[in-house]
Amino acid sequence: MNFETTIGLEVHIEMKTNSKAYSPAPVMYGAEPNTNTNVIDWGYPGVLPQVNKGALEYGMRAALALNCDITRDIHFDRKNYFYPDNPKAYQITQAQTPIGRNGWLEIELEDGTKKRIGIEEMHVEEDAGKNTHNPDGYSYVDLNRQGTPLIEIVSKPDIASPEEAYAYLTRLRQIIQFTGVSDVKMEEGSMRADVNISVRPIGSTKFGTKTEMKNLNSFEHVKKGLEFEAKRQEKVLMSGGQIQQETRRFDEPSGETILMRVKEGKSDYRYFPEPDIPPIHISDEWVKEVKDSIPEMPDVRRKRYVNDWGIPEYDAGVLTQTKEMSDFYEATVAAGADAKLAANWLMGEVSAYLNAQKVELGDTALTPEHLATMIKLIQDETISSKIAKKVFKEIIKNDTEPKAWVEEKGMVQLSDPAKLQPIIDEVLDNNEQSIEDFKNGKDRAVGFLVGNIMKQTHGKANPKVVNQLLMASLKER
Amino acid sequence: MDYFKNDLTSLHESLVNKELSAEELTKETFANIKKRDQQIEAFLALNEENALAQAKELDQNGIDRANVLAGIPIAIKDNIVTKGLRTTAASKMLENFDPIYDATVMEKLAAAQMINVGKVNMDEFAMGGSTESSAFKLTKNAWDQTKVPGGSSGGSAAAVASGEVLVALGSDTGGSIRQPAAYNGIVGVKPTYGRVSRYGLIAFASSLDQIGPLTRTVKDNAYVLNAISGHDSRDFTSSSKEVPDFTKGLDGDIKGMRIAVPKEYFDEGVDADVKAAIKDAIKTFESLGATVDEVSLPHSKYGVPVYYIIASSEASSNLQRFDGIRYGFRAQDVKNLEDVYVRSRTEGFGDEVKRRIMLGTFSLSAGTYDAFFKKAAQVRTLICQDFANVFKDYDLILGPTAPTTAYGIGEEIDDPITMYMNDILTIPVNLAGLPGMSLPAGFSNGLPIGMQLIAPQFREDTMYKAGYAFEQATDFHKQVPTIGGQN
Repeated sequence: MNFETTIGLEVHIEMKTNSKAYSPAPVMYGAEPNTNTNVIDWGYPGVLPQVNKGALEYGMRAALALNCDITRDIHFDRKNYFYPDNPKAYQITQAQTPIGRNGWLEIELEDGTKKRIGIEEMHVEEDAGKNTHNPDGYSYVDLNRQGTPLIEIVSKPDIASPEEAYAYLTRLRQIIQFTGVSDVKMEEGSMRADVNISVRPIGSTKFGTKTEMKNLNSFEHVKKGLEFEAKRQEKVLMSGGQIQQETRRFDEPSGETILMRVKEGKSDYRYFPEPDIPPIHISDEWVKEVKDSIPEMPDVRRKRYVNDWGIPEYDAGVLTQTKEMSDFYEATVAAGADAKLAANWLMGEVSAYLNAQKVELGDTALTPEHLATMIKLIQDETISSKIAKKVFKEIIKNDTEPKAWVEEKGMVQLSDPAKLQPIIDEVLDNNEQSIEDFKNGKDRAVGFLVGNIMKQTHGKANPKVVNQLLMASLKER
Repeated sequence: MDYFKNDLTSLHESLVNKELSAEELTKETFANIKKRDQQIEAFLALNEENALAQAKELDQNGIDRANVLAGIPIAIKDNIVTKGLRTTAASKMLENFDPIYDATVMEKLAAAQMINVGKVNMDEFAMGGSTESSAFKLTKNAWDQTKVPGGSSGGSAAAVASGEVLVALGSDTGGSIRQPAAYNGIVGVKPTYGRVSRYGLIAFASSLDQIGPLTRTVKDNAYVLNAISGHDSRDFTSSSKEVPDFTKGLDGDIKGMRIAVPKEYFDEGVDADVKAAIKDAIKTFESLGATVDEVSLPHSKYGVPVYYIIASSEASSNLQRFDGIRYGFRAQDVKNLEDVYVRSRTEGFGDEVKRRIMLGTFSLSAGTYDAFFKKAAQVRTLICQDFANVFKDYDLILGPTAPTTAYGIGEEIDDPITMYMNDILTIPVNLAGLPGMSLPAGFSNGLPIGMQLIAPQFREDTMYKAGYAFEQATDFHKQVPTIGGQN
């Protein structure tokens, strides 16, 4: 029997607003526990939520970037449940009137095929605090995160494989990052995914029973977890078993998913309209205002790189993968670097360095100005590409001005024929045998001679000029 | 100094003329409270030290001639959060709770230089109509100490009616200011929903709660509402509508005012004496040049069930924060988290609160939401439309505040349904977000009868104007209980 897979994703993204969704406390990652909180975040008696208009606009911005229809008359709802990280014992969310509906994004698979994945809805809500369970036997509650504005993005059941899920997440992160709504850092928890998966025999009209994995914080885990889960479900069905509706956990060391709990009926969150926040109407003007505030999206940039700067389609795609890279690239070109050379450096040496060091561009000392200056030095032959590698190592680690550094270190390339010719003559005089070999058709002799010339110049000779002068001299001998 | 012989204007004059200092007034007030409260039992906490310090400072700086409220003592219902002053909402749950912030109304009262003398009793979390559900005290009616003071703002009403203070703040979710005002023969106003900030009011039912003043006279009431009204950026349901001076237009001239009397407000549940008093009041209004017609509010009969579903639903959610984790009561010897929740709430809340939490939780549950909460919300819209229809042709609605006068302590406490029905005349006003006033309109067996005036949204001015005219034409407000007054 052959199966097809249906995957659904619910992605939570923390928005990087200055203040919280319903209180004026600051939003900041990594602060001392409970320092970014106030009486509203604590769910104190008598407090009321204050809607952060900025969070709502960020939500609209993300919804528009994901091609959603904007719901014009929205209200908030309370989702009721008890937990220490949820001080009001309800979360203010949008159950009935999600700000965005019916959107889509386009994914590109490794083989280049494109597919549109639907977005069921997107709503604005608040994050909970964080509980930690200490070995001292106590549990601790940190409410810094409490009230951080979130968007939840729910996909339509269009995702048919773990690869597609991976591509969807990559694409979603890219789009959200370009909107400026979030840093979408998985490691800081500002992007988290809940996934559900079911399999069914091909041709079956009914979806299979789905299992869930919650709070996955790496795309790789999502993919591996889904791959394992699809196979597991198929095996169960093939052996005549039934899938239980259950929540499972991805176990990284074994690469398997492990049963956490079986779902016993639906939790009743007793949703009802939040009476402390009156309904909000979103006007045409407001939508337009937000639409106009959306920064240039990656696809537009990608096209611009291809059409205006002659960058190959693939390279343009890589350069627009993250906003950081794309912004850096544009700044480098703006600082005077050749667009193609800048692209080559960023995709080559720079990316290799970032991968090897496991850091991001912002963590290095490299600036677009320094990279552009270095590229110009290569182009006008002030330095050789070999020297350039040394320069690059310096400017990515230290805030060093490359031109001054090259001069100071005496790394400027020797290109003047009047200075090179005597050295070439001297090398030829000392290597009569090589001249003989060259005349007998042994090309290897040229390499040997060039090597000697480079040695004499401590590697600073311009190889192009050396080659020209050497060939001319050999013909004369 | 005698609160029975003074109003804000006369006290203000004494303070300005230095016949009386703010400190003396405050001291006398505390002495009076301590004496009277042995019988009335209105106060849960006194703010003596701070109040005297504030009064001294006011005396040093001089009383502002333009501010009639400067240096006047006020009592605060205990569900209004007061920084550093114990705030319990009359619940064991908050028995030891000292807030670290002030409600917006407290900031406004401080700006108006009023002196908070203490916190007064109420039904637990404002749930009740007799103040008997307080976890701490049984407050007595100022006119007869065997009777309830009404509720939930029973402490506020009894403190004013017994002359312990001239002014108190209460809160009104289904009649909690107007009904105790009626039972105690004073003036109580529930402003339009959104007129007064709810920030710092411990929420019972968010879409219905409103803070308002209880006073001995209509004009005093208007002065206090002036001070506490206005938009607050911390309460998104507060209105940015301009606040007029409610004391303006109190001239007794109500010629041509169109008053509607709903026939539903004279159903069989209403006492004959109450009906008679209101009918007399109608005659008074007619003699003052108003026209009075009978109208119908056909959906008001659904008010009580609609209210108990909506208010309890919101309460069930609002009161979840009392979980024993961050503040307030926590049960001892708990085994695990579930135990903290269940036992803290079981031991911390009283019966009436638990009854309403259960009713609300049920109404919001997946299988019952449509039949209860949703249906109630729909009927609420019909009730609003009833009022809107009447206000197309009328300036004001008039009727009794409560079907009866104050009943005996302990008489109804075990009969929630009967007790809930006492709110039948006040509840629709909250459901429609309208302003309502109760003012003295007669007596029955020595107990006060309250008349209710209801105005369109944000037309408290009409209500005050009519109330003032009625007050000037009658002398019910001049009658005082035998307890209190003279210090």
